[in-house]
Amino acid sequence: MTDTLTPVLSAQWGAEKSWTLDAYTATGGYEAVGTALKLTPAQVTDMVKDSGLRGRGGAGFPTGMKWSFVPKDNPNPTYLVVNADESEPGTCKDMPLLLASPHILVEGMIIASYAINCHTAFVYIRGEVLHVIRRMQQAVAQAYAAGYLGKNIKGSGYDLDIIVHAGAGAYICGEETALLDSLEGRRGQPRLRPPFPAVAGLYASPTVINNVESIASVPSIVKNGSSWFGSMGTEKSKGMTIYSLSGHVNRPGQFEAPLGITLRQLLDLSGGVRSGHQLKFWTPGGSSTPILTGEHLDVPLDYEGMAGAGSMLGTKALQVFDETTSVVRTTLRWIEFYKHESCGKCTPCREGNWWLVQLLKKFEAGEAVDGDVDKLLDICDDIGGKSFCALADGAVACVTSAVRHFRGEFEAGYKTPAWELFPYGASALFPVSEKVGAHA
Amino acid sequence: MSVVTKADQVATVDTIAVTIDGIEVQVPKGTLAIRAAEMIGIAIPRFCDHPLLDPVGACRQCLVEVPDMGNGRGMPKPQASCTLEVAPGMQIRTQLTSPVAAKSQKGMLEFLLINHPLDCPICDKGGECPLQNQALANGGGESRYEGVKRTFPKPVPISAQILLDRERCVLCARCTRFSEQISGDPFIALVERGALQQVGMYADHPYDSYFSGNVVQICPVGALTSAAYRFQSRPFDLVSTETTCEHCAGGCHLRSDQRHFQVKRRLAAEAPEVNEEWNCDKGRFAFVSARGEDRITRPLIREDGVLRIASWPEAIDAAVAGLAAAGSSAGVLTGGRLTLEDAYGYSKFARAVLGTNSIDFRSRPAGADEAAFLAARVAGRTVGQDVTYADLEKAGHVVLVGFEPEDESPLVFLRLRKGVRKSNLLVTAIAAFATTGTEKLNATLVATAPGGEAEALAGLELAPGNVILVGERAALAAGALAAAADLADASGARLAWVPRRAGDRGAVEAGCLPGLLPGGRPLADATARVDVASAWELESLPAAAGLEATAMLAAAATGELKALVVAGIEPSDFADAAAVRAGLEEAGFVVALENRLSEVTERADVVFPVALIEEHAGTFLNWEHRAGRVNTVIRQANAPMTDLRVLAALADGLGKPLGIRTAKQALAEIVELGTWDAPVTKAKPTRKAAAKKAAKPAKVADGEVAVKLSTWRQLIDGGRGQDGEEFMAATARDSVARVSPALAAQLGVADGDELSVNCNAGWYTLPVVITPGMAEGTVWVPTNSPGTPLGELGVVFGDDVALSVGGEE
Repeated sequence: MTDTLTPVLSAQWGAEKSWTLDAYTATGGYEAVGTALKLTPAQVTDMVKDSGLRGRGGAGFPTGMKWSFVPKDNPNPTYLVVNADESEPGTCKDMPLLLASPHILVEGMIIASYAINCHTAFVYIRGEVLHVIRRMQQAVAQAYAAGYLGKNIKGSGYDLDIIVHAGAGAYICGEETALLDSLEGRRGQPRLRPPFPAVAGLYASPTVINNVESIASVPSIVKNGSSWFGSMGTEKSKGMTIYSLSGHVNRPGQFEAPLGITLRQLLDLSGGVRSGHQLKFWTPGGSSTPILTGEHLDVPLDYEGMAGAGSMLGTKALQVFDETTSVVRTTLRWIEFYKHESCGKCTPCREGNWWLVQLLKKFEAGEAVDGDVDKLLDICDDIGGKSFCALADGAVACVTSAVRHFRGEFEAGYKTPAWELFPYGASALFPVSEKVGAHA
Repeated sequence: MSVVTKADQVATVDTIAVTIDGIEVQVPKGTLAIRAAEMIGIAIPRFCDHPLLDPVGACRQCLVEVPDMGNGRGMPKPQASCTLEVAPGMQIRTQLTSPVAAKSQKGMLEFLLINHPLDCPICDKGGECPLQNQALANGGGESRYEGVKRTFPKPVPISAQILLDRERCVLCARCTRFSEQISGDPFIALVERGALQQVGMYADHPYDSYFSGNVVQICPVGALTSAAYRFQSRPFDLVSTETTCEHCAGGCHLRSDQRHFQVKRRLAAEAPEVNEEWNCDKGRFAFVSARGEDRITRPLIREDGVLRIASWPEAIDAAVAGLAAAGSSAGVLTGGRLTLEDAYGYSKFARAVLGTNSIDFRSRPAGADEAAFLAARVAGRTVGQDVTYADLEKAGHVVLVGFEPEDESPLVFLRLRKGVRKSNLLVTAIAAFATTGTEKLNATLVATAPGGEAEALAGLELAPGNVILVGERAALAAGALAAAADLADASGARLAWVPRRAGDRGAVEAGCLPGLLPGGRPLADATARVDVASAWELESLPAAAGLEATAMLAAAATGELKALVVAGIEPSDFADAAAVRAGLEEAGFVVALENRLSEVTERADVVFPVALIEEHAGTFLNWEHRAGRVNTVIRQANAPMTDLRVLAALADGLGKPLGIRTAKQALAEIVELGTWDAPVTKAKPTRKAAAKKAAKPAKVADGEVAVKLSTWRQLIDGGRGQDGEEFMAATARDSVARVSPALAAQLGVADGDELSVNCNAGWYTLPVVITPGMAEGTVWVPTNSPGTPLGELGVVFGDDVALSVGGEE
């Protein structure tokens, strides 16, 4: 355990034109490709397995093990798909990483593709972030020009093409099977499993889907070794990762640190909660992870620590809210997001979020009636664990955890509008108009 | 014997044991939990699940608890039983024993209802609605929803026939899965997202599928309704009868619903061996043709050249007098609408009462070697000996000759498609061009101009178990039937004849052919004649060969034949409509038994009204030779007599009682008579290229191009049985003329240009569709589409026609 930052992925973010090939190679970029291509694919996979790298997209599945699930006897080609559809509220790690260091992903993709015997890899980037898409396209073009992509990469005999694909702006396409449907040109809706993507994914072929940060971590493992990576973090959550802090903190931003750091430490690094205010509640990994409070300041931010506290590590998007914030209003905003982003395929998510928005609006307006808190929880119970994919589970997590920690504030919604209890202007970080400051 | 077979089958299926609500059950490996529960009588509520569609798991209504996956570990969340394959030792708890499952289901119903309109009292589905039923059975008593319901403009037509109400839709995706998976017409899809998700279509392409009506039937709510049935009745006011469809030789089982002595709608009935749970739009919607003013309800006799209403005794006397005068110089034309029993009645009437073998059901172009083929390969067989729907699925390879299943036998098409999707079936089509049906079957086209079929068949290699399907058109292609038979014999493949009309197969068995007696007995065989004569308690049967349909009409025109007894025929269905009209006009005496006034009744001397298909009982034999019961749907005291009763009355008047008056009696006689069990002589149809009427070669003028005519009837066309159903008619495919790109270039026409198809009797002008991959030297036009019935030009499949650009003046 260490309390210092460990910039690896973010090491070069401050460099001059850090996104260019020259800047990347100037500090040893693409050296890991040379190293990896001299190993056998199995050796590379073992290296990643040994490092203890777990998926950085939220679920925390061991990356090397995922690679080893690809069947060797399938006649179809194997594909690598990088999930860069970062859309989780509060999450801002993959986009800055791709903006500042797109080549680190390209390098990671080359190594990962080699390890799984893939010759066509895809990056699926959220459609709204056009500047990131352009950076990534440019990086891929530069990598082709420099011989890191295409036929016979650096004389190794290994071929790889990378296709940068822009999504159309749908949160559900971050769900891996919906992403595959979208990538195939269909509407993004989650697929029935089995078959799992490792067996029949993109174009019904074996497919490995990894988060940007997971793949971007691979070059450093190849370069420095598994034990170097494993020396960081905790026993079961190894390595460094990017935490993104936002909300009521003095210096919000991305902090790359070993897994297992605490919010207290991160707040120290980021100048603390907004001056003159106290922490009220926070999310460990975006709005889909149950909220926590001041009592959880010292819980390690790793997979096990968060699970032990009744939440999830998720995307390590720490949204910090101080005492001026209405938890009812926050929850409503989140559920409005989920209602808007529900793909519509299954009943509980489609109809349930539609209902929750209307009910939460009553709480916000002080128009809820006695018993509505229990009704709210019961509706959440009918949604959570019943839906086709995890989107709805994430949606109700913020509601149930908010009620668990702040039931009284919801009950206050039987009589008093949230904007009277928590004048909205007080929680704003920037000057706001009279209208927004009031409510509505 | 069949029991042994079943036991064998059970023994070969891999079964596993699972426990559902404490009850252990053995189910085949791969069974879905929802089906396993059904096997022990536990109904788990569901909306999106449908046994014939791929699972989707969208509605989440069927959640169950799985405390043990069979490996000692439980599933952390409730599972959708419609997507969950059972595993050995799996424990499943449904709503009956699991509070978690019960609450999940109750909650799901509440969600489905929050945005569902409360218009059950005016909804077509109200009373037979799965949502309504399950809300009552599994839902909460009151809604806790106090919010605003989602609204959409409604209804939205997605075709002329099918209307969409998006407010009622529960987004189960049954309709979209049906259209994509079963019929292969993915013209509708789910669009938009979240609470705004809805069934949508591309504005330029309405949902004009031949199978669109099925989506109305499988919709678990009233979101999809048909224009024809909308607001016609409440389900609980309908009286339902299971029956068999009269529109083609597919033999679909139907549920016919009547109210106030009128059929209000027809649904596909469950018949796993035949139509599974589907039918085509013609079978579903086309049942109102006899509702017009032309329905005949009382006998008519011709007096001073004009038909007048007559009493039954008067009409019977008139008919008897005319027929008695003609003696055995009479012919019987039966057409394709008759049940097996009615057809048998005509066959017996011709031979035992009139004393003639001149009887023919083929009111259509008939090939020269067809009768011999039917006698050798079709007649006198049973369903066990013949190819079945199920055989098609597993055949490995099916070859289509002179047969376009999507148009001519839609349920054969669906079954072939199922085989292609699920059982790696290969389909080869010997046809002029790749139709949409060919494409949906992923079939290999052997592009063949009419006449080239025999050669195309000779070039194929088949294996035992493969199937050759020949349509009735194949008889018009010289040598095609013989080549198909040769290929079957040489390769061990099986051969099946798929006629078009519902009565055709029964007519063959009943002996409605000049050379065939009932049960496939060859007239030429003395033993066969004795067989039938003794069953009919006659001294002998007429032995002289009878005339075929066109020959009868020709003979009637010249006076060689003095009288005709005519059932359901239409002149334009024949190769040459003018010749039919001439024959009927010149015939000395014509008795017509008809439902509606027609070109035949116009020329008849005595007309008897007969019962509609929904007014009497009987049997249709489908192309598999499978018997489908036709049941009486409408029972009215004043219903017209059946064909059989009229024939019996005429026979009585002629002093030679028919011996049968009801379908039941007729069927008993048919069964007793049995089929011809003489040693099977695989008599081969002659190959002498069917001395085809040296087809009146159309004179080819300057600028015209001579080609062979390729044609068949589109499913929805100008047939009289479809009259009155305008919504369905509006979904018909366009009448076009198809030519290959090379022929188009030679003619100098582009897509959409007018092309005239000329022959000596006249011409039709149709818009051109240039069809890549089409055989050269041929043009395709529909046989009987509104405005262009080919019978009026006197040309048939394979004839020479001349093409010219533009409409002629």
